Amino acid sequence: MGKKRVRWMRLAVVLAVLVIVAAACGDDDEPEADGATGPTEATGATEATGPTGATETGEPFRVALVAPSATNDLAFTQSMFDALGTLEESENLEIAVSDNLFVVEDAGSAIRNYASEGYDLVIAHGSQYGASVEEIAQDFPEVSFAWGTAGDTFGQPNVFAYQAASDQGGYVEGVLAAGLTESKVIGVVGPIEVGDAKLYVDGFQAGVEATDPSIDVRINYTGSFSDVGLAAEAARSFVAAGADVMTGTAQMVVGAVGVAEGNDVAWFGTQSDQTSLAPDVVVASQVYHWEVVLQDIIALIREGTLGGETYTIDLANGGEVIAYNDAYEVPEDVVASAEEAVAGLMDGSIETGATAG
Amino acid sequence: MARRESLPNWRDRRRLLVSWLAMPTAAVAALLVGAVMLLSLGANPFSGYRALLDGAFGSGDAIVNTAIKSIPLLLVGVGICIAFRANVINIGGEGQMVVGGLASAATALALPSLPAPVLVPLVLVAGAVGGGIWGAIPGSLKAYFNVNEILSTIMLNIVAVQVMNYLLSGPLVDDEFSGFSAIPQTQRLSANADLPVLIGGTNLHAGVIVAALAAVVAYALLWRTGFGFRLRAVGLSREAAAYAGMPVKRTITLALTLSGAMSGLAGAVLVFGSASHRMVTDGSATGFTGSAGFNGIVAALFGGLNPLWTILSSFVFGGLLVGGNAMQVAVQVPTALIVALNGVLVVFVVAIERARRRYSLRLEAAPPSSAEPRPPEPSAEVTGAVAEPSDGGRAAVQVSERLEE
Amino acid sequence: MSEFFTLAVLTATVASGIRLATPFLLASLGETMGQRSGVLNLGVDGIMLLGAFGAYYTVLHTDSLWLGVAVGTGIGVVLGLITAVVSVTLKAEQGVSGIGIYLFGLGLSDLLFQKLVGTPVPIRSFPTVRIPILADIPTIGDMLFEANLMVYVAFLLVPLLAFVLNRTTYGTNVRAVGENPAAADSVGVSVARTRYSTVITGSALAGTAGAALAIQLGIFQQNLTQGQGFIAIALVYFGAWRPIGVMAGALLYGMVASTVLAWKTLGIIPRGASDLAAMAPAVLTVLALVVVARRVRQPASLARAFERGE
Repeated sequence: MGKKRVRWMRLAVVLAVLVIVAAACGDDDEPEADGATGPTEATGATEATGPTGATETGEPFRVALVAPSATNDLAFTQSMFDALGTLEESENLEIAVSDNLFVVEDAGSAIRNYASEGYDLVIAHGSQYGASVEEIAQDFPEVSFAWGTAGDTFGQPNVFAYQAASDQGGYVEGVLAAGLTESKVIGVVGPIEVGDAKLYVDGFQAGVEATDPSIDVRINYTGSFSDVGLAAEAARSFVAAGADVMTGTAQMVVGAVGVAEGNDVAWFGTQSDQTSLAPDVVVASQVYHWEVVLQDIIALIREGTLGGETYTIDLANGGEVIAYNDAYEVPEDVVASAEEAVAGLMDGSIETGATAG
Repeated sequence: MARRESLPNWRDRRRLLVSWLAMPTAAVAALLVGAVMLLSLGANPFSGYRALLDGAFGSGDAIVNTAIKSIPLLLVGVGICIAFRANVINIGGEGQMVVGGLASAATALALPSLPAPVLVPLVLVAGAVGGGIWGAIPGSLKAYFNVNEILSTIMLNIVAVQVMNYLLSGPLVDDEFSGFSAIPQTQRLSANADLPVLIGGTNLHAGVIVAALAAVVAYALLWRTGFGFRLRAVGLSREAAAYAGMPVKRTITLALTLSGAMSGLAGAVLVFGSASHRMVTDGSATGFTGSAGFNGIVAALFGGLNPLWTILSSFVFGGLLVGGNAMQVAVQVPTALIVALNGVLVVFVVAIERARRRYSLRLEAAPPSSAEPRPPEPSAEVTGAVAEPSDGGRAAVQVSERLEE
Repeated sequence: MSEFFTLAVLTATVASGIRLATPFLLASLGETMGQRSGVLNLGVDGIMLLGAFGAYYTVLHTDSLWLGVAVGTGIGVVLGLITAVVSVTLKAEQGVSGIGIYLFGLGLSDLLFQKLVGTPVPIRSFPTVRIPILADIPTIGDMLFEANLMVYVAFLLVPLLAFVLNRTTYGTNVRAVGENPAAADSVGVSVARTRYSTVITGSALAGTAGAALAIQLGIFQQNLTQGQGFIAIALVYFGAWRPIGVMAGALLYGMVASTVLAWKTLGIIPRGASDLAAMAPAVLTVLALVVVARRVRQPASLARAFERGE
């Protein structure tokens, strides 16, 4: 079994080479600024933005985003990434991102890394990160953490929590959809019947039914958050069943939007603005504006309050906005009934009755 | 590891040089490819690689993280050793992990108040049983119905994911809790089922011991028992084993069952050793397993399909995965780069490994001895009376030879 | 249930099943070529992903669908060449090197997408081609002869590959190399050259499959294939290494998936059971093979490198 011994030695050599390479660059790369936006280049980055005349409110506010999917998913992660981008200039943010960290352990080590790098705010953008946030927040009492979507700050003074009432926007879009359909068949493509997706779908259904109970709302949970092909075929099955209005939630709906466009079926989006995917058929999208929450959190941190608040974005506080596609003409009476629904949801006279369970 | 004295001749010296240089060459080549990719992304490769190494092995915390990451790789890898040694290709690690995780989570939900010394072993056994069942299905389909195991394990992965999505969005979820969940996941499972932490102040949990024990037990099973001997004999030649009167079908079924049980155990450890102490997914198998069901195959093959060497290879692979995340934090490149780099590394290493062996064989051509040098091995092989079926030259690493039917 | 048997829904379901089967079919046919000559390529999914991205990116910038398909196929050729060098010339273990290629494709396609494209932008999709006369046959015409061109290409490849494998000298060589490379070598058939040709053809088809998928959907996304390449490999075993059998497997898989979707849409499958129903294609594929229970034997030299004088 000598070859095993040889293999052991080879592995040892591999490790040794790696150590040597690392040691070699460890000696000389401190002074060189390499243009990367890594945390170690913090000062360099500030100097770079200085001359461009960006806001000089002193030290940049360093914020790190840890997220489960890609920053360009046109859905959950992008909504937060875009919000940070919106505030980058005005709040003088220095932003670092670790995306595609669905697995909790990986995300946990990224959260811990950012905390130990001394970031002012670490955003743990996934409800599965809760336990990691709870634990790491105790170890870094001077760092502020924001966790969502969730409603629990664990009673810790340096944790914020945030969530979205996605059923509200869903309800409004349901009202719009009910006003637009002629075939009285509406199709909904969902991933798995749980959480934010369920909340949105149930809100949408409630909105349709409140407007016209005779409309047939058909819901197809494909069983996957990411299978674009399956979402596309689900949408085709709605078209075959006579649907002339469709909606859907989660990142795999890009496939369904394409089918909607190909068959000239009206589409309602959620989580971020999907107009760019199909400018001819997207009527409106429910857009999350987390910056409403972020601005408040950043202001509190600058004043020295590191956590304790729980936020819910909804229509009333401007964290959720129905973004209409200007190119799509919606009859005025339909818009009026949607605005009525928005007003009712804002003042509490309308309730969607949706729950995430 | 000092090399033994008295190398017989120049051939061995050259062979030794080649074998010592082979792996580093492959690693350096892969790192160079990665460096080019990093440069084209506008990141400094040196900072990137230093962050990778630091993140993987650079501190106590890093080593703990690497160890935790390597647990599922090792357990799955041990299962792969068992299956591949019987010439059964198990690509179902992902599904077996999922079912093992589900079985263990269901057990903890059903019996939350059992005391920890009872509940912890119980959930681990439940995981192994769940994964074992998920391995027994393709195992018996192959043995008794001639259904190819590559087909059935791939398909059963798909089935397992849907079972998981169903259970984690309904039956296994507490109504009270479900309102907070944006993704399929259980509530925080009973604290009595938490795997005990080994070193205070870190997350290093007893899963490390479970995995290491599993590797040792599997090694003993494969090389110190009659069952292990039969299993490897079936793996080398089904016909010969049948001719010798061995129960080939039962052995194949058992091999895949045990293999599945190891992956199921990995699933249970993932649930009860995780920071969240829940079973969580994004609706895909990877969301729960972190692809350990696939990466474990690679770890096992690098470990020469020997459970003990798989311990080491799992640790190195775990380090690469953990370090990759640290690299993203440091130089802000997408983690997709690390996935691609892992692929390049795997290709380079297997390519050069085979080339190295052929070079050794050529040097060896003259002497009639065995293909590989055989310094005395601390753990002697099975008794000399039984002919050792796995001779060094036809080394186990070759999936190729395992695929023949 | 009665609603399902309306003509419009049935037609759409069959057409949808055929569309879903197309990428599987292309990739499986390619894998069949390789495996018949004794090379197991586990990297199909990675090749599909890179082919899909290449095709998407090309169409995004040139708006030419055929150029997109060509680029996707070309990427398949390049990766096929790499696969062949690694598994035929360097004789590396095919299972592991395939996983390496898979990881490489998975990571690189995602990386390129994030860096070169960013936010998904839709591209033009294949137009539907009505085959004159045939498409006018009631019902069947709409089901089978009103699809996009890639569907026709994939299904026409089935008889073509069956002919090549069974009726040509080249096909005989391929099978000989897969069954008994030493014997083939002794009668002057170059094992390496034959395997290079099948691996490159197979990978090219995997690249085409990726291109077909991306263009059919009109979009690219991280891990667009969702493991379809692995299912395609499984279907080769299902089809007993014969193009016709592979086609049967792909159609079974696609049809069951589209039927499940249609039943969900029509409310025949209750919402609570939708996850369970989604596993139907996988379960039925395994069950079908159990029931058929043939004594199929795989190519004797599958996944074994050839050493002259071994």
